[in-house]
Amino acid sequence: MQRIGVFVCHCGTNIAGTVDVKAVAEALKFEPGVVVSTDYQYMCSQAGQEMIKEAIIENKLTGIVVCSCSPRMHEATFRKTAAAAGLNPYMVEIANIREQCSWVHKDIPTGTEKAIILGKAAIAKVNLNAPLTPGESPVTKRALVIGGGIAGIQTALDIADAGFPVDIVETKPTIGGKMAQLDKTFPTLDCAACILTPKMVDVATNDKIRIFSYSEVSEVNGFVGNFDVTIKRRARYVKEDICTGCGLCTEKCPQKKVPNEFNLNMDNRRAIYIPFAQAVPKVATIDPESCTMLKTGKCGVCSKVCTVGAIDYNAKDEFITEKYGAIVVATGFNPISMDKFDEYAYSQSKDVITSLELERLMNAAGPTGGTLLRPSDGEHPHTIVFVQCVGSRCDSCAEKGKEYCSKICCMYTAKHAMLIRDKYPDTDVYVFYIDVRTPGKNFDEFYRRAVEEYGVHYIKGMVGKVSPEGGKLKVRASDLIDGKQLNIDADLVVLAAAIEPDKSARPLATMLTASMDTNDFFTEAHPKLRPVESPTAGVYLSGTCQGPKDIPETVSQAGAAASMVIALLCKDKLTGNPCVAHSDEMMCNGCSTCEKVCPYGAITYIDKEFRMPDRTTKVRRVAQVNEAVCQGCGACTVACMSGAMDLKGFTNKQIFAEVDAICK
Amino acid sequence: MQMNEYKPLIVAFCCNWCSYAGADLAGNNRLSYPADVKIIRVPCSCRVNPMFILRAFQKGADGVIICGCHPGDCHYTSGNYYTRRRMALLFSMLEFLGIERERTRVEWVSAAEGAKFAETMNDFAETVAALGENKRLEDLRCKK
Amino acid sequence: MQEITRDVLVNKASELMSAGTVDRVLGWMRGEFDYDITPAVFSTEEELKNNFVWNDFCGANFSKYLIRETQKSENKVLVFLKPCDTYSFNQLLTEHRFDREKVYAVGIPCNGMVDMTEIKKANEAIKAIEESGDSIVVKTLYDGDVTLDRADVLLERCKNCKSKKHVAYDELIGDDGEIIESARFDEVAKLEKMTADERYAFWQNELSRCIRCNACRDICPACTCEKCVFDNPNSGVENKAPADSFEEKMFHIIRAFHVAGRCTDCGECSRVCPQGIPLHLLNRKFISDINEFYGEYQAGSEVGNRAPIVNYTTEDLEPGEAVGRGGIDA
Repeated sequence: MQRIGVFVCHCGTNIAGTVDVKAVAEALKFEPGVVVSTDYQYMCSQAGQEMIKEAIIENKLTGIVVCSCSPRMHEATFRKTAAAAGLNPYMVEIANIREQCSWVHKDIPTGTEKAIILGKAAIAKVNLNAPLTPGESPVTKRALVIGGGIAGIQTALDIADAGFPVDIVETKPTIGGKMAQLDKTFPTLDCAACILTPKMVDVATNDKIRIFSYSEVSEVNGFVGNFDVTIKRRARYVKEDICTGCGLCTEKCPQKKVPNEFNLNMDNRRAIYIPFAQAVPKVATIDPESCTMLKTGKCGVCSKVCTVGAIDYNAKDEFITEKYGAIVVATGFNPISMDKFDEYAYSQSKDVITSLELERLMNAAGPTGGTLLRPSDGEHPHTIVFVQCVGSRCDSCAEKGKEYCSKICCMYTAKHAMLIRDKYPDTDVYVFYIDVRTPGKNFDEFYRRAVEEYGVHYIKGMVGKVSPEGGKLKVRASDLIDGKQLNIDADLVVLAAAIEPDKSARPLATMLTASMDTNDFFTEAHPKLRPVESPTAGVYLSGTCQGPKDIPETVSQAGAAASMVIALLCKDKLTGNPCVAHSDEMMCNGCSTCEKVCPYGAITYIDKEFRMPDRTTKVRRVAQVNEAVCQGCGACTVACMSGAMDLKGFTNKQIFAEVDAICK
Repeated sequence: MQMNEYKPLIVAFCCNWCSYAGADLAGNNRLSYPADVKIIRVPCSCRVNPMFILRAFQKGADGVIICGCHPGDCHYTSGNYYTRRRMALLFSMLEFLGIERERTRVEWVSAAEGAKFAETMNDFAETVAALGENKRLEDLRCKK
Repeated sequence: MQEITRDVLVNKASELMSAGTVDRVLGWMRGEFDYDITPAVFSTEEELKNNFVWNDFCGANFSKYLIRETQKSENKVLVFLKPCDTYSFNQLLTEHRFDREKVYAVGIPCNGMVDMTEIKKANEAIKAIEESGDSIVVKTLYDGDVTLDRADVLLERCKNCKSKKHVAYDELIGDDGEIIESARFDEVAKLEKMTADERYAFWQNELSRCIRCNACRDICPACTCEKCVFDNPNSGVENKAPADSFEEKMFHIIRAFHVAGRCTDCGECSRVCPQGIPLHLLNRKFISDINEFYGEYQAGSEVGNRAPIVNYTTEDLEPGEAVGRGGIDA
């Protein structure tokens, strides 16, 4: 039996004005377990708290009920008070007789009656409270960043700057991501490489950062502060620590006809290659699909020309396992496939390109050396049509494209149009749009410059069809404002393809037990207040894996994610919330129902041996809750039909007791 | 006010993060609602077990209302989505058994919606009062 | 009469036993009367030959028995599964309730099972029952032989059979059937059309007869909890027998809720209820609501299915919209 103290607060006249506090204290005296019941003007004051402490010690109380303001206001205060008097802080219950009683009810009899009932419910609950101790777990002071684009790079640099080691895992042979493929960036028109490559060098030279390029995460175990991650390092057939990146092998390799994915297959590379001049790490990689030596065993040219002996045709995939305290997801995006949009003749004409392809065609390091030439015949295009929202904001055709706005297309198209008009003033540029969306600092000014200063023809309307005819692209479109049909003979058509999360994101989310929306973007812990955290503790989100973003937004989110990681890694120990789920193994069926509703992946199953009354043993599958991961929502407790799963601090019995007390 | 006027007993389960805070805000703004409404705090609306609801009716509650964060705003990301399915099925079942559908309700009340909380409770209390005492689920032997 | 004869099953079982594939067989044997068929475990060919029964009274669904039976030995056990039993079999596998490796499942076709309650309603002092084609011959003490049309005395669940198709087996005897568009929700729909008062009166009448014998729970292949909440003193709702007038309703509502999304509609609850309470209607109400609210879902149709009650979409209907659907008028 508990020994309970009841403390009724007047809160000046806030409570005492509509509740007869003396009568409440008197009425609650006779509830089961109550040994002392008293009232005071301000319980939360120094004197009030002292009174509670004295009462706890004097009466050897095992639990207290404070009838006062909302627990959201002073629960923490009274828990501290109890702890100071040697009582477990979770033996405190608050009856909210201010916000939910005295302030909303007008006359004293009603208020008093309700306050007594609320007090009784709290007493009934505290009778069933058990002392709770928050669990502690150590923190591995190392972070993992998955993805080496601008988001991952910035996150890693910021974390490393705070002094914590960081590993970057990147699937490509080099870090840099999509930004490395861009030509200029809006709204300032500075060159992407000029601002990105120094950051890549910073990553390479930072002794806190390790880069696992050409690698992927293959397994994740553990929980916040204590993740065990297995990283698959794909064989690149070149010893990374020996290769100097001189590039001789990439010049001598006889296999010259491999499509160059960095230039979106618009030119060719060799079977051994370095994606681009400023790659980090600057080491060669052999593409096993195209290498004659690896396929037939005959060739070996690269090995012969390599002066340092870095080539290793016998290399195998390696798996390394490392411990991390925090994981940042920065898996980025890709433009969607244009397969389903053949009305724009993407598959029929080389001169219908995506915006990312245009970036390469305008880039000084691209296939044309920065001169804008038609891919089909290498001529200068004189009429260029941009089509916006290809696959974005597809309301009716969700199976064809995406319902969301890809957010970056309006701005990069304005950039493209402006750059083209600036460099080739004899070119006519048309942009077909549904809406032009330019929220962002200096964005609308930028777009207006494209229209007003550079004379880009913006036409509100849809392009119906593009058909290649006699070396031209016949563009049939409607102008919604003038209500006209337009026919344009274009030399080049540029499609603003919608962007989608990288395909690696979905399997990664499963490994991390992080949740995703229907579009495969990672969901954040709270859409407004916790935008860079995933609901899974210790997993953070950076960049477009969470939703479409431009570079400035990505960089600020990357910094925010880094600061969350730093705040976590600064701690030596993590103190959990003790009000977490707990499974009674004797009752558990091991049916996996609770696991399905847990948003945090906090529940796992083990096969456990039980001794039976007849001295035999029986192995049963039972649920286990990882208290460091559980957030205490209680979804599992209702999903569990046997009642094995219960929530500490809000147990079934406690809630039944409250219901009974209220309904008595 | 007459002494013998029938007053319904209403149990409200409120999630800690949105609706309980919404109820507090109603208090802060002194928006009154009947004292017949008694609130039980739960971490999330998904903590509300159908057994709690049936127990409340069994012990003499005339109406039970569950309040949680708006869909999409759950503190635990998905708790209220499960609540929505569970309660849709449970309420439909209670109706199938001939229990007046107006005695059970789910409302989404955010921490900013003090006014909505008070309005909801006023409306619910009025609805339940109009139905009169819960005779179909209450255990009469429990009542003295 | 069943399409496959008893001997075919006995031979199959003996063959598997002598080949060493299995060392036990879950089957049916005669109880106190001819028609009182009870589940049994056979461990010798001799027992099989003497006691194994397969006739129109073999309603028992063996899936649930596999939980205990597979824990008894490392060797495989043979189980005969009628089409409807295979759904329960899959559902239990979904919930990791037994080790599939320890079971050899033989699917057998089923022509529907006979409801003894129906036969007893019309006949007194039954001595024996004989099956002949589409008829059932009831031998009685006072009225002589009474011939009944088999179709009239089938179990409700068989009249409204949902599937003649096996969804799980290692081996199949005979041909597999099809999933049937049955009228199993008609009774639910009929109740939905009543007024609230009529429905209340209906259920008050039915559920007040409950004697809390727990037969429905004990037979149910979805009720496989290590300990039922109603038996667990720590659950807060423990009660072995109804202590007050609401308890039986609470029990049946919660039981139906606990099996919602997991109930395969095998109909065992109603088959075993000694008071003849149509308990399957509660389960079917949940099934028909789930189908209507969240899309067609058949528990146990595949191993690993995620039940709608442990799933969600952001566009689900609100509980306020849920009531009043499915034919219930405002």
